[in-house]
Amino acid sequence: MSQSYDRGTIEDFGRWKEFSAGMWAWIFHKFSGWVLIGYLFTHIAVLSTATQSGTMYTQTIRGLESLAIVRVLEVGLLAVAVFHILNGVRLLFVDLGVGLEAQDKSFYASLVVSAAIVIASVPTFLAGAF
Amino acid sequence: MAEHYSSFEYKGTRWFLQRITAVFLIGVLAFHFMLLHFVNHAAEVTFLGTQARMQQVGYFGTMIAFLVTATFHGVNGVYNALVNQGLSGTRKTTVKWVLIVASGVLIVQGIRTALYMAGIIA
Repeated sequence: MSQSYDRGTIEDFGRWKEFSAGMWAWIFHKFSGWVLIGYLFTHIAVLSTATQSGTMYTQTIRGLESLAIVRVLEVGLLAVAVFHILNGVRLLFVDLGVGLEAQDKSFYASLVVSAAIVIASVPTFLAGAF
Repeated sequence: MAEHYSSFEYKGTRWFLQRITAVFLIGVLAFHFMLLHFVNHAAEVTFLGTQARMQQVGYFGTMIAFLVTATFHGVNGVYNALVNQGLSGTRKTTVKWVLIVASGVLIVQGIRTALYMAGIIA
């Protein structure tokens, strides 16, 4: 028999201390999704310099990569991308009916693995930036 | 057992495509990050290096598929998120068409850029 739980609306962010793991997963997945689609439009705009000239493309990429703030933002991009991928795998399993009972634990695992991958990647992403 | 929950219309076409594109994107997005941040560092990217990669048919095709699936998955995700927030009526129709046009522009510009990168048009 199915059960439902009235945890109130997730949009009522003022009661964030009462949010469950699944609600945080929902918020983080939506947030990371918005960041990624915003970045996709920006990314194509930057790469479009290739339609002007090869030199402009190279100078634009190298100019952006020479800015420390861009390197730091790239670490942020990696963080949201890795979390979105891992939580997306979690959602696919849940949609297949696998692991629904452990969905809170798999959310925590997504966070821990995302953090580990991002921390391990920091030296590569920030090499030569400062 | 807890009830089945999905924010999508269960077994609808867009529900299915969102998941199929997700499976594809898991692999390709990870590959993209690995190739352009760990194998080739982003700070060392040059047009000639990009062109050498884009002139490989398999890589070119993968990047076009990446563009199209990422655009669908992302824009469809945005649409679903807005519908979840209560978007309806004329505003829903307007938002739907704005997102469709934005997707079309992004895909056309992305393919055009890819053709320049591969040296097919110059």
